[in-house]
Amino acid sequence: MNLFSRPVGIAVAATLLASASAFAQSEMKGEVNVYTYREPGLVKPLFDAFTKETGIKVNVISASSGLEQRIKTEGANSPADVLLTTDISRLEAAVQNGITAPLNSKVIDEVVPSAFRDPEGHWAAVGMRARVIYASKERVKQTAITYDELADPKWKGKICIRSGQHMYNNALFAAMIAKRGEAKAEEWLRGVKANLAQKPSGGDRETARDIAAGKCDVGIGNTYYWALMNDKEADRKPWADATRVILPTFEGGGTHVNVSGVALIKTAPNKQNATKFIEWMVGPTAQQLHADSTYEYPMRAGVPINKTIASYGELKRDPLPLSQIAANRKKAAELVDKVGFDQ
Amino acid sequence: MLDKSGPAPRGAVRFFRATHLPGVLAAALVALPFLSLTQLALHGDPDLWPHLARFVLPTALVQTTLLLAGVGALTAIAGAGSAWLITTFEFPGRAVLLWLLPLPMAIPTYIAAYIYADLIGSPVHTLAGAILIFSAVLYPYVYLAARAMFQTHFVVFTDAARALGAPPWRLLRDITVPMARPALAVGIVLAMLETLNDIGASEYLGVPTLTLSIFTTWLNRGSLGGAAQIAVALLAVVVGLIAIERYGRRGQVVLPTQDTRTADRIVLSRGSAWLCAAACGLPALLGFVIPAAYLLNQVIRRGLLARFDAELLTHALNTIAISAAATALILLIAVAAVMPTRSGHHPLLRMSLAVASFGYAVPGTVLALGLLSPLVAFDETANWLLRQIGMPHVGLLLAGSTAGLVIAYCVRFLTVGIGFVQSGLMRVPSDMDEMAQMLGARRFALFRSIHLPMMRPALWGAALLIFVDCLKELPATLLLRPLNVETLSTYIYQYATRGNFEEGALAALLIVSAGILPVLRLVHLAETAPRAHRRSAPLTAPAFSASQP
Repeated sequence: MNLFSRPVGIAVAATLLASASAFAQSEMKGEVNVYTYREPGLVKPLFDAFTKETGIKVNVISASSGLEQRIKTEGANSPADVLLTTDISRLEAAVQNGITAPLNSKVIDEVVPSAFRDPEGHWAAVGMRARVIYASKERVKQTAITYDELADPKWKGKICIRSGQHMYNNALFAAMIAKRGEAKAEEWLRGVKANLAQKPSGGDRETARDIAAGKCDVGIGNTYYWALMNDKEADRKPWADATRVILPTFEGGGTHVNVSGVALIKTAPNKQNATKFIEWMVGPTAQQLHADSTYEYPMRAGVPINKTIASYGELKRDPLPLSQIAANRKKAAELVDKVGFDQ
Repeated sequence: MLDKSGPAPRGAVRFFRATHLPGVLAAALVALPFLSLTQLALHGDPDLWPHLARFVLPTALVQTTLLLAGVGALTAIAGAGSAWLITTFEFPGRAVLLWLLPLPMAIPTYIAAYIYADLIGSPVHTLAGAILIFSAVLYPYVYLAARAMFQTHFVVFTDAARALGAPPWRLLRDITVPMARPALAVGIVLAMLETLNDIGASEYLGVPTLTLSIFTTWLNRGSLGGAAQIAVALLAVVVGLIAIERYGRRGQVVLPTQDTRTADRIVLSRGSAWLCAAACGLPALLGFVIPAAYLLNQVIRRGLLARFDAELLTHALNTIAISAAATALILLIAVAAVMPTRSGHHPLLRMSLAVASFGYAVPGTVLALGLLSPLVAFDETANWLLRQIGMPHVGLLLAGSTAGLVIAYCVRFLTVGIGFVQSGLMRVPSDMDEMAQMLGARRFALFRSIHLPMMRPALWGAALLIFVDCLKELPATLLLRPLNVETLSTYIYQYATRGNFEEGALAALLIVSAGILPVLRLVHLAETAPRAHRRSAPLTAPAFSASQP
């Protein structure tokens, strides 16, 4: 008898303890509740700085998917105040799920360029990243490249990329659809697919890994991954050393960019603190911290770009509005299926 | 109690009894998220299906089938093979392997995927790579089932066969495999369901499975309804798997427990003995030693212990508390639900137990999404009731709370509990009940002094599997956990999403260590039980599917 009842007793006690701690969290004052898709470790320095400056405690829940759905289902009682996320598609998804409220903030309107916030004020960007080319130092001589060119048979068997359904690629393909139309974009994507050295897998770092290993010559990756490998990850430094970053452009356009941004939740129980938090995120302190920890391009004018990122050269952003990218995201996903990109 | 007339005669059919209530409630608990999923599926956009059917599902189906077949075959070979070798032969290192072989189950699949990708590079980003990696950490499900079976079931037969001069391979072909089939089926199905549930590893390794297509449909094709439809279709696959498992268990032989003895192991010649050691060592090496050594190496090289994050301790305690709570609750529900099947036929209960075993079927995130609505509905009802009696508004109670998480784990892993309790109970000879009742024992006394002690090994086996599964659970935890709460899994995941999972190595080792203790306890029980209590059914073979009365 003892053998079994002791663990049960412990577990029952644990349940009680666990639910007690859950209740303790239900009432909050002087706090702001942030639901985020960003990695906790990456944004923690920011939250700590915010608390230090304002005395407002930041409670966090981070996840990799489903937060919009959670907030929507939690409904009127949801503790969510702010959604902090990467990728325009998620910001737009939050708006479409009807969980956001207009920011109505002069500070945001002044600091964030109009291309980087929702016309109705439902979201604002706090940082920007670009989807660029990692090229083998040894085997690729050219220093400029276009996205369009990746479909050229001269790259046959030489391109590495992560899954076409990953949102970073999805956004790039959506941009291609928005710029060239579906038929042209399909032709392009088939061309890229035909040039792949291997089935899409891994992440952007693995793309650099495979270039370093000689499996391919060029790959597509985000600006900050290369910088992280180069500056902070000793194990992967050789992958950065074997490659260099080229800022590609669309033919007759600029470099494809995406954002990380914030949205105010409609049912936010701490609306004032939430607004304060959002405005603080585009302030000089936060923008500097953000640029340093995330290796993203800052939104606020006058905040210096991280050195490694700046070493890629001057970024000429493609003028396509972000909303157009979000609008074509479903089509891009279907195109990836249609051409069997991931197979 | 509706049933005041005392024990009904065996075989009497009555559709509902009060004792069925736990089983029916368990079924309702599991059914809730599926109902809300089905509701989502009904709102799916029908235009999507031609597209899915043409471009997505064929590949996903083929890849999923190949992956499942591969994992099924490899876990069967590795799990049953090592269990048979270690039961039948004496060889160097056997004592160590006895403890090592079950340990890979403490390593989450996606962690294994990251580790092998880092060690080997792009060759693992293939279907074959995925099959190998999944099998390396999932074979213990088969091993544990097979080992318990081999250890206790065949002695009578193998002794006789050996006395008649049958060589070992004939023992294997004619006795062991046919008799072990039910246990193997159970283990293999569990391993396959774990595979079906994975998202992290398949995505990283580039295997476009059905489960992954649920995700891309939801997030990229922008159709939660479509995703729910695929999830519901996936449920059909799972029902199929469970049917296979049931078929595999047909004609299961239940031996009288008096005959359970441990056979003397065959001593091999030097060469064969080492071969045997190598064959058993390989799965343990791939599934546990290499990953654990890798993690340990990362912890040391990166000085993770030196800059030990005090919060990690809180996370570890949280994880253990939540997992232990869920494990206890599941076992209580499972025992309460299954016990009434002991006497007579219970069609309603059989059905309920079958429904209660579907929680294993859908990916954690989908389950979590399905569970959110019922949790919130409960909270809103509670608030409404409080308002009626003039009490203050309390907001969300279950949704986004630790209790909600425990409920999610229950829904997810109830299957394991029910399966183990059923198979544990099956091995208590029914003449014992009759004897006890003739001597005037009441039902609860019978349960407490006969059923419970004899089921103890099965309960421990269930507790181990459930506890370790809870420790490892990631997708549902990510979506349902409260503000500021991390489990070890979600803690590792934050590094993994940054492509920097080595920084989470210490947390991964903590999961492994938390998982090792119950594994060791189970091994200890299994290894000592046959000698210690000869009459007390030391069997731990998990039966997984529900509704086996």
